[in-house]
Amino acid sequence: MKNFILKYYYGDIPEDKSGGAADARQTATQSDWPLWEVFIRSKQGLDHKHVGSLHAADAQMAIENARDVYTRRMEGVSIWVVESKYIHASNPEEAESFYEPASDKVYRHPTFYNVPDEVKHM
Amino acid sequence: MSIKDLEKIFLDKIEKEIKIEPKDWMPEQYRKTLIRQISQHAHSEVVGMLPEGNWITRAPTLKRKAILLAKVQDEAGHGLYLYSATETLGVSREQTINDLHSGKAKYSSIFNYPTLTWADIGAIGWLVDGAAILNQVMLCRTSYGPYARAMVRICKEESFHQRQGFEILLTLSRGTDVQKAMCQDAVNRWWWPSLMMFGPHDSESTHSEQSTQWKIKRMSNDELRQKFVDMIAEQAKILNVTLPDPELKWNPERNHYDFGEINWEEFWNVVKGNGPCNKQRLDARRKAWQEGEWVRQAAAVHAEKRKARETQQVA
Ligand SMILES: [Fe+2]
Ligand SMILES: [Fe+2]
Repeated sequence: MKNFILKYYYGDIPEDKSGGAADARQTATQSDWPLWEVFIRSKQGLDHKHVGSLHAADAQMAIENARDVYTRRMEGVSIWVVESKYIHASNPEEAESFYEPASDKVYRHPTFYNVPDEVKHM
Repeated sequence: MSIKDLEKIFLDKIEKEIKIEPKDWMPEQYRKTLIRQISQHAHSEVVGMLPEGNWITRAPTLKRKAILLAKVQDEAGHGLYLYSATETLGVSREQTINDLHSGKAKYSSIFNYPTLTWADIGAIGWLVDGAAILNQVMLCRTSYGPYARAMVRICKEESFHQRQGFEILLTLSRGTDVQKAMCQDAVNRWWWPSLMMFGPHDSESTHSEQSTQWKIKRMSNDELRQKFVDMIAEQAKILNVTLPDPELKWNPERNHYDFGEINWEEFWNVVKGNGPCNKQRLDARRKAWQEGEWVRQAAAVHAEKRKARETQQVA
């Protein structure tokens, strides 16, 4: 479990082989701009879809940066941004019990019902 | 749930090709490996802009300049997608960038070679982006969801990069004798470093194959390298260039090209920081970061002010 880190994969250079820069020094900076999640409507009539995230000082900057990185090839007609801290998510560890109420209700699906062949289009 | 149970669920998902998502439980080493690999990948995209940026103002035509600008801008975007993916693993952007600037984090060694002529821009697109694409296509199937999604996005954008490079070389290879020589010279210089991009031989390592088991990596260094050689050797014929390897030869038994041994001493030297441009590249990154400081501050102050104005209006 410990040794694999030494393996050099393309795209992953292990730390032990890294020489480090001659004059390594930390660049002190003020704290980061907040993180924003970006949602893009790719075409009129479709839902906005999550495409990624970015840092920006405020909403306007987030939208402009989102345009520059996520719509360089006409991928969108509308952009939503929301600060990541306002996103609340369900807990994946509770997924089983959380979605349990739906798991035994097959009658919610049309395939549950037998309809004679004579009935077309239902 | 015990760690054992959690680990079992994790491995089950890997087994069934179910992606691991940021909030899912994952082994600490899986997280660490991903942080290192994805951030190195991000740094490579960002540092990778430097050798090409060198030629933006000197591109031979306005068309070439516009294309190169668009390509370099794509690489900046790739850096961002990957930095975001790194952040989902619980490290801050600031920390990640600091690690690059301090020399703690690495990036692909290929970007420590200089771009001496315009033909180098062609060779980078054809060979360097060509090699990167093979790796990235494989990574579209990596087990960590945010990394895989970033890769899908990147691969879509990447396809024009190799083509534009090939086209630059094709134009030169059909030009004057001087242009032909320039094309050959660039290929001579970029061929071996491109092969080095895939890393040491699989046999070089006696360590556990954890990254493969966890399906972070889905093909070995040598497999990817062979794929690359087979692809490039064929395309070189169209460019009428010779690849600088006397041992390069089609092997009908293996159904692959055979090729010569990489200069591993050079490889480790560049990884350790002694390549032709290591210092220059890091200095350029630090300088850009430092000189951008006032912009970051101004934007933060501006955002504060705007917020204050808004609350005032509401009150
Ligand atoms: Fe890229
Ligand atoms: Fe690229």
